[in-house]
Amino acid sequence: MENSIQSVPQNWYLLLSTFMFCIGVMGVLLRRNAIIILMCIELMLNAVNLLLVSYSSYAGNAEGQVFVFFIMVVAAAEVAVGLALLVSIYRNVASTDIDILNRMKW
Amino acid sequence: MTETVIQTSNLFTPTILIPLLPLLGFIINGLFGKKLGHASGWIATTMLLASFACSLFLFFHLPAGGSETVVLSNWFYFKDIFIPFAFLIDPLTITMLLVVTGIGSLIHLYSIGYMHDDEGFSRFFTYLNLFVFFMLILVMGNNYLMMFIGWEGVGLCSYLLIGFWFKNQAYNDAAKKAFIMNRIGDLGFLVGMFMMLFHFKTLNYDQVAIGALNLGIGNITIVGITLALFIGAMGKSAQLPLYTWLPDAMAGPTPVSALIHAATMVTAGIYMIARSNILYSLAPHTLDVILIVGTATTIFAAIIGLLQNDIKKVLAYSTVSQLGLMFAALGMGAFESGMFHVVTHAFFKALLFLGAGSVIHALSGEQDMRRMGGLGKYIKITFATFLIGTVAISGIPPFAGFFSKDEILATAFEHNKIIWGLLSFSSMLTAFYMFRLLYLTFSTSFRGTDEVKHHIHESPMVMTLPLMILAVCSIVVGFIGLPPVLSHTHSFKNYLSSVFAQSKTIMPAGHEMSHSMEWILIGTAVGLALLSIAFAHNKYVMQKQTPVEDEQLSGLSKVVANKFYVDEIYNAVFVKPIMLLSDLFLVIIDKLIIDLLVHAVAFITSQVGRLLRLFQSGHLGFYMFAMVISMIILLAVQIFVVI
Amino acid sequence: MLTLILLLIPLIASIIALFLRGELVKWFSLVATISQLAFTVYVFTVFKAPNAPEVTNGLLSLNIDWINSPKINFNIGLDGMSLLMVILTNLLMPLIVLAGFNRNQERTHIMYSLMLLMHFALIGVFVSFDGFLYYIFWELALIPIYFISLNWGGVNRATVTLKFFIYTLAGSLLMLFGFLFLYWNTASHSLSWVDLTMNHICSCKQGFIFWMFFLAYAIKIPIIPFHTWQPDTYSSAPTQGTMLLSGIMLKMGLYSLLRWLLPVLPMGTAEYTPYVIAMCFIGVVYASVIAIMQTDLKKLFAYSSIAHVGLIAAGIFALNVQGIQGGLVQMLAHGINVVGVFYCADIIINRTGSSDINTLGGIRVLSPRFATYFIIIVLGSVALPLTNSFIGEFMLLLGLFEYNSWAALFAGLTVILGAVYMLRMYQKVMLGDVNENVTVFEDLKWNEELVLATIAILIFAFGIFPKPILELVAPISEQIYRLSFVR
Repeated sequence: MENSIQSVPQNWYLLLSTFMFCIGVMGVLLRRNAIIILMCIELMLNAVNLLLVSYSSYAGNAEGQVFVFFIMVVAAAEVAVGLALLVSIYRNVASTDIDILNRMKW
Repeated sequence: MTETVIQTSNLFTPTILIPLLPLLGFIINGLFGKKLGHASGWIATTMLLASFACSLFLFFHLPAGGSETVVLSNWFYFKDIFIPFAFLIDPLTITMLLVVTGIGSLIHLYSIGYMHDDEGFSRFFTYLNLFVFFMLILVMGNNYLMMFIGWEGVGLCSYLLIGFWFKNQAYNDAAKKAFIMNRIGDLGFLVGMFMMLFHFKTLNYDQVAIGALNLGIGNITIVGITLALFIGAMGKSAQLPLYTWLPDAMAGPTPVSALIHAATMVTAGIYMIARSNILYSLAPHTLDVILIVGTATTIFAAIIGLLQNDIKKVLAYSTVSQLGLMFAALGMGAFESGMFHVVTHAFFKALLFLGAGSVIHALSGEQDMRRMGGLGKYIKITFATFLIGTVAISGIPPFAGFFSKDEILATAFEHNKIIWGLLSFSSMLTAFYMFRLLYLTFSTSFRGTDEVKHHIHESPMVMTLPLMILAVCSIVVGFIGLPPVLSHTHSFKNYLSSVFAQSKTIMPAGHEMSHSMEWILIGTAVGLALLSIAFAHNKYVMQKQTPVEDEQLSGLSKVVANKFYVDEIYNAVFVKPIMLLSDLFLVIIDKLIIDLLVHAVAFITSQVGRLLRLFQSGHLGFYMFAMVISMIILLAVQIFVVI
Repeated sequence: MLTLILLLIPLIASIIALFLRGELVKWFSLVATISQLAFTVYVFTVFKAPNAPEVTNGLLSLNIDWINSPKINFNIGLDGMSLLMVILTNLLMPLIVLAGFNRNQERTHIMYSLMLLMHFALIGVFVSFDGFLYYIFWELALIPIYFISLNWGGVNRATVTLKFFIYTLAGSLLMLFGFLFLYWNTASHSLSWVDLTMNHICSCKQGFIFWMFFLAYAIKIPIIPFHTWQPDTYSSAPTQGTMLLSGIMLKMGLYSLLRWLLPVLPMGTAEYTPYVIAMCFIGVVYASVIAIMQTDLKKLFAYSSIAHVGLIAAGIFALNVQGIQGGLVQMLAHGINVVGVFYCADIIINRTGSSDINTLGGIRVLSPRFATYFIIIVLGSVALPLTNSFIGEFMLLLGLFEYNSWAALFAGLTVILGAVYMLRMYQKVMLGDVNENVTVFEDLKWNEELVLATIAILIFAFGIFPKPILELVAPISEQIYRLSFVR
């Protein structure tokens, strides 16, 4: 197993997760659909997960992979809460466009 | 220094009884006065008479030239300084005790008649007893702090009694003025005590004296202490420039004026300086200051007295003037002469005030001499006793005032001829205005309304009896201090000699004056007095002049009649600016500057909040954008800026 | 253990008071505070007893480990100074409770519960010997008084109370910084008082920490120019709140100067003493002068209080035994007197509905007994000999005189100015003809008379027999004096 991860050079993991993370960030910033934004957040989390797994493997230390499980649990919970919020928003305003949600202040 | 041991002596009981009896009277009258009614006056008087009896006991039982310290308890202490509740009994104390309790008893007795119809009868005696208590503490204490208790205590009672008729705000103003003027002096007294504590670590009279003797003559510390204490005396004894409260203090009932503002309280300053005679004789510069202040006061007050028309005001200015004379005596180092004049003055001035009270009583409250006249026919006892008092104060032999005044003038002649001239001039003025008072009140014919005239009556026995006793005393009391030309023994001086022995060794004694010179001086003084009496007689009896109404005054006489506008000047120089300053502080500094700064902080905070609120637009996209940008900035800082 | 009981009585009483209703809660509070007072007397006798086993080095102490890291102990104790303040607090609390007996307030049980909670916090401040514990109590004391002023106060109470709260809280924040700084700069990493008084912080840092603490205390005391919250707060708070504030809470600041500032930061103190004393002096005269022209009764007393505590602070900073001892004695005296004057003001305002002295007058005619009590209290606060504040003021001025003779003279002006504004006030309010506003002035109620009589007796008792109090504070003044010198 270690070998299969380590068969790819470390820098490539870094590059890939950077790309994924940037795509996630840009998606969050540029897209207006809340569902897509949620997905982009997942993408960012997974970019970090990927990096953690690879680094953990290279370093020979399992702590990183423990964190990945944490993040996955948190992400699952987040999606559950996020989607529930979105459903209730959709029921109220019949849209998931975040530009409509402009009353989020005091 | 160790804690003073509480000792017992055979004089213990009478000594502590002297102040305790009036205190007891105060407590009884204070708590049950309303129920006691007119009995409270008799209780108060009895207490004081008993006190007088104890004083007499001390007088006869204290060995000649001896002194006795009676310690009650240690009041408070800190570090190495102990301040006891302790009494010192020596000839000087006993002299004052006899004057205070003796004259005090008479005035209490008189007040029973004078205050008979007043609704505050028992309250009056409560205050009066409290006053006597504090006055006794003042003269009996064995340290300066004990004296200070009495010093402030009598000031308080003076405040309460001047404002006795508290519904009248003018009287209350006078009372407040007296208290505050006294407090100015008290600050001086306090500073004097601080200096003593700082340098000598004690406030006991004898130990302070020892400390001062170690420092030597003319030491700057002693000069400082004595000057500070003298400021206290200026306040209490109404000397320039702190005298203006005393004439106003005449707002109080007349017995109060007699007891507090003539016979006892105002002489506290003289007593204090006599008590500190060693300190003062070590500070010749301070003595010069006292001499100048005393002389200036005696003339200044005498001049104002010339043109006053309120019978009590004349007596008030005369008191200020006589006090100035006493201070002048102290300033020449003649402590016994000063004390001698205190004693004689207490008798005849109390007599004059009580006589004036009797006149006012007879005239249903009228105090203006322009509405009096011819009263000699109606109130004969008052007239006779008043005459004796007037002659005594004018310095006609063989009445009391002559002897004490002559002694001071003789000392002044030796000391400095100019001072002698000034003091003689002042006594001449005294004789004039006192006889002016006498003639305007008792001679010629009545000038008041018929209504008042109809009610004129002699005072009751409780009032005339004290008058008669005081009159007798005013005649004979001078014989305790005969001048050298008449007798070789000056019994008053001998009695007090132990108190002033040490300061006599410090100050070089003047050479004995030749008898012929002394006769000349006596002749001059008496001649001047008689001359001014004749002048007054001519003016007010032969020509029947009466003082003009206030509006018709002009020029210099207007200035004098208005007391040189001193009150107005003080008002403009001190009172108004402080009031202005008060408003200024409150409005400008407090409300404007400080509060502005405080509110500015709050204002800036809320404005910043208002500004930052704009970032919270409500757009989710904006929030996410801001979050990302912030993170990038943080990362950039983390990476590129080395912390 | 004794200290702990002292601390717990008010806390338990405060909780019980929440469950009572109506008049009962007043009686309960009275009983609680009086039993607290009785217990204080017992503690006093234990403390004074020679060779008492509980007392070591003049300190009755209880030290329980609380938090290990950071090292915070539940360290409470009583020495002369703490005991004096505890006596003051417990002496005044029954009077403050009693003062409310003929007043009708809504939600009485909450008010009295808050008062007892404040009592607990105040005792806590005075007995804490651990910086952190002290800080907790210091802040805790602010909360009840905030709600008391906010709920039962007069006009404008919301604004005024907020200002007071924020102002003092800002000061407390500085003090918290100060404590954190101390924590990191002491070798033992401990905030216990004994450790702090043995610290070796260099003088460069001490100056900085000094101001942190001093500002907090200057606001609380208050020393001019940090006083502007006070007159408004005093005049808008309910009387019992004002009594708590002026009688006891002010003393927290003064006490803290002696406990947590002088001995802890001697070098910083030495460096800035001249400035602080100058500030206090200016404050004394400034406040006295303002008081002269004040027409609002409560504000007048507020300014006079500023003048008095300014003098105490100046005397403490004179850094000599007389000054410190005088300051302590005067704290007791001032506490009693200021509660007296504010209660008198309350009686007048409650009966006439006016606090403007120009619309009052002639009350003495209508209620001579009240006039007598009032004049005794007035005389007490102008420091007439044989009243309680004379000895304190005498020693304070003497301490200042040793510091600088001109300074004492300047501060001594308060002797004159105090008489001016107090007598002016008394004349306008009590004397003269009866003003039309006060034609009906009910005579004193039993509880009012009891409070005033007690205060009058205390004024004379401490003036004539000051020895027990002086003996109580003499050793601790010496100790503080020694600790306040550069180590």
